[in-house]
Amino acid sequence: MLRIRNLSGYYGRIQALRGVSLSVRAGEIVALIGANGAGKSTLMKAVSGLLEAWDGIMEFEKVSLKSRKPPAIVDLGVSLVPEGRWIFAPMSVRDHLRLGAYSRRRRSDTAAIERDADAVMELFPILRERAAQAAGTLSGGEQQMLAIARALMARPKLLLLDEPSMGLAPLLVEKIFATLVQLRDQGLTLLLVEQNARAALRIADRGYVLETGRVVLQGTAAELLDDQEVKRAYLGRDYREFCEGRD
Amino acid sequence: MKRSHVRTLIFLALVLGWGAFARNPYHLQLLAVIGVHTLLALGLNLLMGFAGQISLGHAAFYGIGAYASGVLTVHLGWSPWVAGPAALALAAAVALVVGLPTLRLTGYYLGMGTLGFGMIVYVLFREWSGLTGGASGLVGIPPLCLGPIELSSGRNGFWLIWLVVLANFLLCERLIDSRMGRALRAIHDSERAAAAVGVDTARLKVMVFVLSAVMAALAGFLYAHMMSFISPSSFDFMVSIRVVTMVVIGGMASVWGALFGAALLTMLPEWLHVFADYEMMVYGLILMVVMIFLPQGLTRGVMDLYERWQRSLDRSRPSAQS
Repeated sequence: MLRIRNLSGYYGRIQALRGVSLSVRAGEIVALIGANGAGKSTLMKAVSGLLEAWDGIMEFEKVSLKSRKPPAIVDLGVSLVPEGRWIFAPMSVRDHLRLGAYSRRRRSDTAAIERDADAVMELFPILRERAAQAAGTLSGGEQQMLAIARALMARPKLLLLDEPSMGLAPLLVEKIFATLVQLRDQGLTLLLVEQNARAALRIADRGYVLETGRVVLQGTAAELLDDQEVKRAYLGRDYREFCEGRD
Repeated sequence: MKRSHVRTLIFLALVLGWGAFARNPYHLQLLAVIGVHTLLALGLNLLMGFAGQISLGHAAFYGIGAYASGVLTVHLGWSPWVAGPAALALAAAVALVVGLPTLRLTGYYLGMGTLGFGMIVYVLFREWSGLTGGASGLVGIPPLCLGPIELSSGRNGFWLIWLVVLANFLLCERLIDSRMGRALRAIHDSERAAAAVGVDTARLKVMVFVLSAVMAALAGFLYAHMMSFISPSSFDFMVSIRVVTMVVIGGMASVWGALFGAALLTMLPEWLHVFADYEMMVYGLILMVVMIFLPQGLTRGVMDLYERWQRSLDRSRPSAQS
């Protein structure tokens, strides 16, 4: 579905991605894990069109993403749930959902958009309670749900999630991740960037480990969860347990 | 009934009341000028209040509307009803050409860009004397007529202008709650985030800029045919600033703000004549006081006061029982 070959990404003169290759197949959750500054968010920005300075090949359903702007990429069926949520504070929850459907511009879509808004509020019932409230008054977890709901309103085929667990209580993370699994089961494809590697790999089918702009490890989620290096670096195991485990 | 309908009805009643009861021609003309200013402020409010883009050169579009229609009717003898649409089309074309490069700028830079544009257009009005009459102005602009009925002065002028204001008022209210309006509000908050949602920010900004320019040109067209005389000083830099002040004082992101701001800033100089030499000082002082005590503008400020009054009523009621 998404195919990335030898992707390099730049912020001015700083090279944040150094030849990343990865692929996402339809109907799977792929986790992208790595430390701060590994290039995870840069990759998400490149795929969604927000980062223009990149080399290499990126194709979504065999269509090249080269020099496509964000709206054109949303039109292809790729929606981003950005890091830090990017909620519009003064706008109401319901307006966010309608705005999320911005790319669906035909008049006949209006009824379908309202139905979809109902469906995502079914997915996140709290949003229905808050429908008329300004998004800025929502809690962090509710804002994250709203950001996901807003992205779903464009009816994407591939959902990009950048650090959806950031700053949230573990219980909320569990709830949101359970929803992501539910979405996958409904046929959506997800690419998930996470620092919370354990939570991400638990729901993912496959995973990639990014380090200083390169893919250093890849495999099924189960393999990665079991990998010594991953355990040491990203799963936050007690160092002693790790040493003893090695003996 | 929706709240916006109630507000529109109140507005309509106010306009009808004024139109029916104002006898003094001076008052009627003042009210017509307020209408023209409201139209200007409504257009700029779309750009500033909703899309969050500043323009310090809006008087240029106001002037293009006035001069284009004036020149076409005076020199070429066109009917105002043909010259008007042509003037609007010209303003739209100019806005498109100016907007494409300048709207890439943001913040102060966009302010500077539009400011420069406004000055260039002002100089054109003043120096292209063969066409515009130069600094002494363009005289003999025919009034708007519908058959034998003259629509440019007195009560008829008032009706025409406020009918146009009302139509634009409703247009703005509809626009704000539309797909485009939501996208504009998103751009106001964060352009990057709006793009991530799939909004073509560059295109939309140019679109709203053109719309705003056309509304300013419409105001200019009405003004020119009402006054039958226009001169460059009606479209200089200070006029641009005054329109910005109307929007800010009235309260951004509210169609009512445009109306209140335009009314206040048009009436103030009239009221302040009694201060003679100190007029401008008092004028400035009033604007400062409004901004210090009602930083969100008149509309929001008045609503806050009303809500506070309601709350104090609620609080006093239970204490009276005990």
